[in-house]
Amino acid sequence: MIRPALVLLAAFTLLTGLAYPALLTATAQLAFPAQANGSVLARDGAPVGSALVGQPLSDARYFWGRPSATAPGPYDGRASGASNLGPSNPALVAAVRDRIAVLRASDPGNPAPVPVDLVTASASGLDPHLSPAAALYQVRRVAKARGMPAAEVRALVERHVEPPLLGIFGAPRVNVLALDLALDDLCGRGIDAGRTGARRPHP
Amino acid sequence: MTAAAPIELAAYFGLLTAAAVPLGAYVARVLSTDGPASVGPLARLERGLYRLAGVDPAEQMTWRRYAGAALIFNAAGLLAVHALERLQARLPGNPAGLPAVAPLVAWNTAVSFATNTNWQAYGGEATMSHLVQMAALTVQNFLSAATGIAVLAALARGIVARSTGGLGSFWVDVTRITLRLLLPLAAALALALVWQGVPQTFSAEARWPVLSPGATGERVSEQVLPLGPVASQVAIKQLGTNGGGYYGANSAHPYENPTPLTDLLESLAILLVPAALCFTFGALVQDRRQGWTIYAAMLAILAPLTVATVAAEQRGNPALAALGVDASVTALQPGGNMEGKEARIGPVGAGIWAAATTAASNGSVNAAHDSFTPLGGLWPMLLMQLGEVVFGGVGSGLCGMLLFAIVAVFVAGLMVGRTPEYLGKKIEAFDVKMACLAILAPSAMVLFGTAAACLIPAAYGTVGNPGPHGFSEMLYALSSTANNNGSAFGGLGVTGPWWTLLTGLAMLVGRYWVMLPVLALAGSLARKSRVPAGPGTLPTHGPLFAGLLVATVLLVGALTFIPALALGPVVEHLQLLAR
Repeated sequence: MIRPALVLLAAFTLLTGLAYPALLTATAQLAFPAQANGSVLARDGAPVGSALVGQPLSDARYFWGRPSATAPGPYDGRASGASNLGPSNPALVAAVRDRIAVLRASDPGNPAPVPVDLVTASASGLDPHLSPAAALYQVRRVAKARGMPAAEVRALVERHVEPPLLGIFGAPRVNVLALDLALDDLCGRGIDAGRTGARRPHP
Repeated sequence: MTAAAPIELAAYFGLLTAAAVPLGAYVARVLSTDGPASVGPLARLERGLYRLAGVDPAEQMTWRRYAGAALIFNAAGLLAVHALERLQARLPGNPAGLPAVAPLVAWNTAVSFATNTNWQAYGGEATMSHLVQMAALTVQNFLSAATGIAVLAALARGIVARSTGGLGSFWVDVTRITLRLLLPLAAALALALVWQGVPQTFSAEARWPVLSPGATGERVSEQVLPLGPVASQVAIKQLGTNGGGYYGANSAHPYENPTPLTDLLESLAILLVPAALCFTFGALVQDRRQGWTIYAAMLAILAPLTVATVAAEQRGNPALAALGVDASVTALQPGGNMEGKEARIGPVGAGIWAAATTAASNGSVNAAHDSFTPLGGLWPMLLMQLGEVVFGGVGSGLCGMLLFAIVAVFVAGLMVGRTPEYLGKKIEAFDVKMACLAILAPSAMVLFGTAAACLIPAAYGTVGNPGPHGFSEMLYALSSTANNNGSAFGGLGVTGPWWTLLTGLAMLVGRYWVMLPVLALAGSLARKSRVPAGPGTLPTHGPLFAGLLVATVLLVGALTFIPALALGPVVEHLQLLAR
């Protein structure tokens, strides 16, 4: 019984452990090269992010994504994970209270209630999306910071809303990075790149 | 619940049933040794493998020989995983240059993947090289799943055997299940996942400068995302009730589960094979009504608990409502309890997944179970504690449910004073003893393990949350490992020696103290001749027996675990309400 165990283990290690992932990688690289390599978005030939990965943002001129619990910093791609705070944990309540305070301070007088996904940490710490409500909540702040009419920013958000699959599966959502990149486009990237150019390496 | 959720739930279970019925019939053909396709390239490959391994494909093993083959095969796999983890720094396929995995974590992981549990005391992207992810972990995802289905096939053959005692060949079963069922399904699912955005590459990572660097307190200027052969592993971890993620965040990670479509496909894949095996069983025992009855009984437990989990998560966290947070469910936001959930998935998708992954002993997650509301976490915990028999692990779950069926006919036999029968075989003292042993061993492991953890400072000292929730974390860890699920309340620190040893022991008990009694039972049944059904025989199909089966499962689970659950999620729920 030792021989069949060892021979079959070796054979299946070759088949399922090497041949299967290798053939799949070859097929994926031919058929879906962009997705197979992380759905990286490029501008002027340089990568600026992934369509599937959220980024840490706290500049008032950009829409901010969900709070992230990765360590040491937020949106750390090398350490995906959640806060794992239980619903009754005082630390959760304190964290949410702080986030509400930051939002209120960034946009005094905003009458809208704070949407829950904007003040709770995502499961991956890399959530690329917001609910439409959480994006709309930030329209006032972003418009003011950019000196744009709020209606224009709101219209941009609405164009970026992705509905649930077939109207049933998943949640309605907005891709935050796509929205922020579109916002830069709308403002004229020349002006904006000038303002943030020192921090953003552009070729 | 609100308008869209019931439609999503109904669509999920409808799609599951529609896919499981034909797949079940196909698996029955795969498992029939006199069956199809002794020609063609696959059959040639199989014959070549048997020759190389010195296997006689026509052998009819006794239960002891079948169990011995399974144990040796699993032990060899366990040692191979351990060796690869310890040696990864010196082996190729390690573009990120990761060091050897620490000895106890490596042992725990080897046990975990060989027992089809996929409990993870590590974060995948920061611990395991590409070679280990593929040649160690992905391989065991296939082989531990194939082992589970093989044991089910042996039990079914024991039931239909006419006093011959033969259970088939373990080697043939594992080979055919891997080549004809798991590989094609995994390849198809993996390609669909890549299309939707799951990476599949041998590059180590992707990196880019962030849009607004320096904006955060930590002055992050660059984002680095580890890449690798992700889709090939995610596909089989979903299909083989394994659940071990490529990334630490598992299927909550946008690279493992990027869109609502992948969420639907992956959550269907959790239950697909366990559900199909019900119909396979019906075909193997030549009475399709048996398969439908067991499927209906499983669904009768799972569907209400799924609804309850979704409802609890959509209701949200009262502690946050008090801060003025808007958690209402509207067309513009999923609302509910969003801590530890992804925006594209929301509480409904997370609730369906949580129930499915704990009903099947899958253990992958698309949300952080630790941050679920107390009741939202209670139902998944209960689904594991029922013994992973509501769908359960591929093969092993249905075996567990058949043990409950034997207990159910035994109880019914006691009530009317007749010798119980199941599918034409008399159920005698030895058979009931084996069934009870397999039902009680994991339960005892959960309760005694949790009790031990409560007494050992090095164990309870690592809980991530205060109060009853900390107890829930430990109870969840033991419920998960002793039933080979693998999901976790992730706040618990499980990388220390106490937890790696305790959960490792629990995984071994949960796997082999079910598998061995099941095979002993199969051997005992195989030696008995079939008795024709008489007027006093309790039919084991139809709503009456399904009800009896559901009642047996729920009663045993409730009697065993209500006191423990009362100390954790129930207390926490009442505390939250009382705020």
